[in-house]
Amino acid sequence: MNSNTKIRIIAGRMLQAIPSVFGIIVVTFLLTRALPGDPAVYFAGPAADEKSIQQIRESLGLDKSLPEQFLIYLGDLVQGDLGVSISTGFPVAEELWRRLPASLELTLLALIFSISVAIPLGIAAATRPNSWVDQLCRLIVTAGVSLPVFFTGLFMVYIFYYILGVAPSPLGRLDIIYLSPPPITNFYTIDALLAGDFEVFWAALAQLILPAITLGTFTLAPLARMTRGAMLQVLSSDFIRTARASGLTRSTVLYTYAFRNALLPILTTLGMVFSFMLGSNVLVEKVFAWPGIGSFAIEALIVSDYVAVQGFVLAMAILYVLLNLTIDILYTLIDPRVGLDG
Amino acid sequence: MNERVPVLAVDNLNVEFRTRSGVVKALENVSFHVNRGEMIGIVGESGSGKSVSALTAMGILDEAGRVTQGSINLGGLDVLNAPERDLQEMRGREVSMIFQSPRTALNPIRTVGKQIGDVLRRHGSANRQNVRAEAIKALMSVRIPDPERRHDAYPFELSGGMCQRIMIAMALSCRPELLIADEPTTGLDVTTQAAIMDLIKELAKERNMATVLITHDLGMAADYCDRIVVMHAGHVIEQAATAELFASPRHPYTAKLMKATPHGEGSLDDIESIAGGLPDLRAELPPCRFSARCERYEAACDMPALIADEVSPGHLVTCRRPL
Repeated sequence: MNSNTKIRIIAGRMLQAIPSVFGIIVVTFLLTRALPGDPAVYFAGPAADEKSIQQIRESLGLDKSLPEQFLIYLGDLVQGDLGVSISTGFPVAEELWRRLPASLELTLLALIFSISVAIPLGIAAATRPNSWVDQLCRLIVTAGVSLPVFFTGLFMVYIFYYILGVAPSPLGRLDIIYLSPPPITNFYTIDALLAGDFEVFWAALAQLILPAITLGTFTLAPLARMTRGAMLQVLSSDFIRTARASGLTRSTVLYTYAFRNALLPILTTLGMVFSFMLGSNVLVEKVFAWPGIGSFAIEALIVSDYVAVQGFVLAMAILYVLLNLTIDILYTLIDPRVGLDG
Repeated sequence: MNERVPVLAVDNLNVEFRTRSGVVKALENVSFHVNRGEMIGIVGESGSGKSVSALTAMGILDEAGRVTQGSINLGGLDVLNAPERDLQEMRGREVSMIFQSPRTALNPIRTVGKQIGDVLRRHGSANRQNVRAEAIKALMSVRIPDPERRHDAYPFELSGGMCQRIMIAMALSCRPELLIADEPTTGLDVTTQAAIMDLIKELAKERNMATVLITHDLGMAADYCDRIVVMHAGHVIEQAATAELFASPRHPYTAKLMKATPHGEGSLDDIESIAGGLPDLRAELPPCRFSARCERYEAACDMPALIADEVSPGHLVTCRRPL
């Protein structure tokens, strides 16, 4: 296959993402309308009468028919306008945009932690079945899936902050004694490095470690299990026997031949794991008072701020579509068979 | 290398597999050898130990397998006691192996040229600069049309016969002394089978290479091999030069196997099946593992210490009551 067909396949996948995004817009719109509670009543306050509630309803556009509301919403969306949050008074797009780097920084670090533990562990377990590494892998997988995120988070805070005192207080992205670094990427660790401020870098990293490990522990389990399973399966396949019979070194057999093939199911799992992460983010952010989009969404949900909830769900869904797109593209790059037989 | 010293000599080999349901005695007292320029056939039913013998000779037996007795000498190297590093050096350079189902025996996500290149570079037959040219040369040696283009093809883009040619190109790329072909034509259509076998025979002759052909097809072994080793349930029961074996098979199993093989003349009605199946290799086994299926069985067959008899020069039979 030449690179031209590859580009065509990738472009095709990108086009396929458009209907998904539209579907997501429709579903989030309908879902947030189906939420219990009338936002107009909430915002009018307990003392409001029928007339003032009706006024608020009109000002929010809630008196119009559902299709009309949808068209207005769609029109705003095209201009990048997600509406104004009823609870904070700021535009939702601005709120999300401001909080997204915090969530992404946490999620990416958790993912890096999770991958860098799970994949070597899975490979080691697969190459030495029933050894102590394999048992360790089994133990970690079981622990990882059975401990809920909020429990791991609180447990970590209890041990490392309260008992041992080695972790900073779990209150956001940076201890109040530090000034946040000049915003470039809005990832505090990266910005601090760019500014050459190592003290702030370490402080930001210290804040990140506990929540990232909490989030990563949860996703480590499926990833390690899939790595082990995929490696075991690939290692017993015919072409590995051929590679060994050709005298290729152990590392060539293991990485160039086996791992690259095992990477396909691992990538699929990675996609799923990432969506778990987006979900658990909400809990972890709450436990560690992390000013990300997860905690924003919870606060919005509690006060029936459906404009904000809708914006959050949409942002998450688009993130998820983008992630799947990335995985599909990686698939196409790794596996030459993709796109020809399906 | 001296003409008289065999390229591969397997002597008194015992192999066991530890499984959950007991120890499988896969090979017992297996001995055979291959000389330079010679092609031998190892023939037997599925499960008779043909492939296990070959994989043990290569030192790539599954981890569940244990060699409990015997020795293997491959081009002067003591395979069973050599360090893994030496064995890796040996594989692909001194001895190569090709397998059945060539499409699954190649890495599905790596171009075939790169896979050949990996072997070439591993054994120092090519470097970064000339690896592509050398791989193309290897493809040319197995008469693959348009080798430049095939170099960049993936296995799924090629036919089974073409993949087997690639396997052969890869196996022979570093000019080994010995080629082990484990059912190389299984899964290929009949015309391709003949073409592949002719290619192997021709390349072996051209390079004065020793070849072990593992097959369940006695007819194919007869067509291509100089000598035939017949295996049954982990025993070598008879070995002789092809002409001699076909003229006067001495083991009852060999004779039965011949009657069960279709010939050019003669109708399908002449084919006789062999009654019974292979014995359970996990159980206590009699000295002769064919005794339960044998029409010539008598009490003496159960006496221990059954050894191979040289009934005529180079013709060995492991039977108390040979034909």
